[in-house]
Amino acid sequence: MSKMNLTRRGVLKTGAIAGAGVAAPTIFTAQSAAAFTNEPTGSSVTLGFNVPQSGPYADEGADELRAYELAVEHLNGGGDGGLMNTFSSKALQGNGILGKKVEYVTGDTQTKSDAARASARSMIEKDGAVMITGGSSSGVAVAVQALCQEAGVIFMAGLTHSNDTTGKDKKANGFRHFFNSYMSGAALAPILANNYGTDRRAYHLTADYNWGYTTEEAVRTSTEAMGWETVAAVKTPLTQTDFSSYIAPVLQSGADVLVLNHYGGNMVNSLTNAVQFGLRDKLVNDKNFEIVVPLYSRLMAKGAGANVKGIFGSTNWHWSLQDEGSKQFVQSFGTKYGFPPSQAAHTCYVQALLYADAVERAGSFNPCAVGEALSDFEFDGMGNGPTLYRGEDHQCFKDVLVVKGKENPTSEFDLLEIVEVTPTSQVTYDASIFGGELGACNPGA
Amino acid sequence: MDAIILQILNGLDKGSAYALIALGLTLIFGTLGVVNFAHGALFMIGAFCAVTLSRLLQISHTVIDETQKDFLGNPLQVEVPYIYDIFGQATGDVIIDWAVPISILFAIPVMVLIGVAMERGLIKHFYSRPHADQILVTFGLAIVLQEIIKYYYGANPIPTPAPDAFKGSFDFGAALGFDPNTIIYPYWRLVYFAFAAIIIGGVFAFLQFTTFGMVVRAGMADRETVQLLGINIDKRFTLMFGLAAAVAGLAGVMYTPINSPNYHMGMDFLVLSFVVVVVGGMGSLPGAVLAGFLLGILESFASMREVLEFLPGINQIIIYLVAIIILLTRPRGLMGRKGVMED
Repeated sequence: MSKMNLTRRGVLKTGAIAGAGVAAPTIFTAQSAAAFTNEPTGSSVTLGFNVPQSGPYADEGADELRAYELAVEHLNGGGDGGLMNTFSSKALQGNGILGKKVEYVTGDTQTKSDAARASARSMIEKDGAVMITGGSSSGVAVAVQALCQEAGVIFMAGLTHSNDTTGKDKKANGFRHFFNSYMSGAALAPILANNYGTDRRAYHLTADYNWGYTTEEAVRTSTEAMGWETVAAVKTPLTQTDFSSYIAPVLQSGADVLVLNHYGGNMVNSLTNAVQFGLRDKLVNDKNFEIVVPLYSRLMAKGAGANVKGIFGSTNWHWSLQDEGSKQFVQSFGTKYGFPPSQAAHTCYVQALLYADAVERAGSFNPCAVGEALSDFEFDGMGNGPTLYRGEDHQCFKDVLVVKGKENPTSEFDLLEIVEVTPTSQVTYDASIFGGELGACNPGA
Repeated sequence: MDAIILQILNGLDKGSAYALIALGLTLIFGTLGVVNFAHGALFMIGAFCAVTLSRLLQISHTVIDETQKDFLGNPLQVEVPYIYDIFGQATGDVIIDWAVPISILFAIPVMVLIGVAMERGLIKHFYSRPHADQILVTFGLAIVLQEIIKYYYGANPIPTPAPDAFKGSFDFGAALGFDPNTIIYPYWRLVYFAFAAIIIGGVFAFLQFTTFGMVVRAGMADRETVQLLGINIDKRFTLMFGLAAAVAGLAGVMYTPINSPNYHMGMDFLVLSFVVVVVGGMGSLPGAVLAGFLLGILESFASMREVLEFLPGINQIIIYLVAIIILLTRPRGLMGRKGVMED
């Protein structure tokens, strides 16, 4: 009979080690014969669509989900094939991905970082999702991207516009098709200078969070380079609903342009308030007072109604584009759902197809192989002209649209008109300016 | 000076909304003793009464316009409101343009019915329960109501503009001898302030100068004695709940042109309105109105760029800071009565 020497310190040590082992999420500890996390072994592969299904961006999330469902249908050989018909890469055959039928699970980000991480974790751990995609917020994108990096799955970002997503917070496992704040500023500034002149005094109202800061900085830098002066930049709480106390002092400041670095409900309310105050009817410094909204979304423009008329902004994509890819996507989406797709739907659909194509070209679902196939991948036919998925930061570089609120819309979808398609060369920047490190790709298990 | 006048004006319309919601809240608390966290949802439902009427007025039939194409290249289906067929396009446009003010007539019976149904169907079962239970059940009810609205109307804000006659702003600066454009204020916000003043005055007059109001005030002071006189005070208090719901609903109806309504707008006002009630004094109607305007004006001043440069973030905490100071110096609030919520 052996004698056990139980000591208080020993029991505590053992307990602590065992506790830490139990507490650690299984995706970070699981050891298996698989070469990477959630390696598909059956006849199907599961993708995770993590979109806002509740909360303020639920309508945008619903449109993203429609796009993903359409993409899955096309990948599995259903429907009219959508953008697979116009995509420059011909690796996709409509027989799933690598011959495996595409299935999907959905999660609700609620536009909250913690909820989005929890739903992504659940889809990876419980449902075996090999890729996570979607979202309508940069905070969520950065949080979920970090989780996917740790878990060893690919993250194909949805609608996220902050420079940080592929800047200081970039990750080797994360990829963004959507444009960013820098590109908005670079595309907008020349149009603003052409239309409003170079001698302007701008007043910025900026949403008090990460996306607001990067957008303000991008627009300020670009417009100041054109000769504009920034009179003031005031941060507004994200929870603000009535912006009257922020808008009322604008005219007193001597500014003749108001830049609203707001998105979603903030944008709808601040723009509505600014128009109510009659700013656009005023003559300041012998010039017509103007308003600028750096990031437009058709769904948000709908919320602001007639207030968007004549107001410049930028957007990633618009259904009225006349290239073959855009026409095809509008046809496929419009026929299935009865209305044109939003830019959120477009970027999500494209991300799903780009991932599937990369897997086909890599011949593997291994995230490192997929990442390699996506890095420095050049493609066309997806609706924004020739596009590069830059390897240095996993950011797509493509044409950026400058749009204006339409004066005489013919329907509730016909709210924006394209003023200019800014070429890629004008919105390209050095990857090092935003800092951050991609790090090494993580295949997980 | 012009900046101060401007922020006072700003505070008045913001304070009008706070005061109207807080007035209903404190009315319910003063009569029924219920802390109603679903009151913000009533404000939101009122706003959606305006959205609903606006949509009802625009129910349309489609006419194919061969000369125009839709986004798929098919002939455009033009929506023609039935109201054009009934009244002609010119009159129809005027009626649609005035949808928000017309909604007042629609919202009053709807909100009274919702209020009475809420009180009779759910809240009356919680009169004898602790305030914590009342808060939980009414907060849960608020979430249910906003999710129902989101299900039917979506999560995005829905533009519900003011009539064209009230678009634009009034130049107080020019009128008061300052430089033009220094003090401008939207016409509709002035209408909102005037409307709030009329509603608040109406509620006070109703309670002060009618027999019904006198009985209610007596019931608020001593419920048991009034019941001993053979008066069914419960029935009157139920109607007061309906009245409070209507006040919140009307505040919501008229607020829709200021900010496009969405399902969450009630929650945005709820917490601040509770602070208003507590600062004004639980159960005190004049206190709620006074605190509503006071805190609205303070919030506006705290949002001034000059103030934010010295005290960054003060705009987000000013109301709570003032609430703490007032409650430390006057524990019953500005106009609170002894014995209310002190047992």
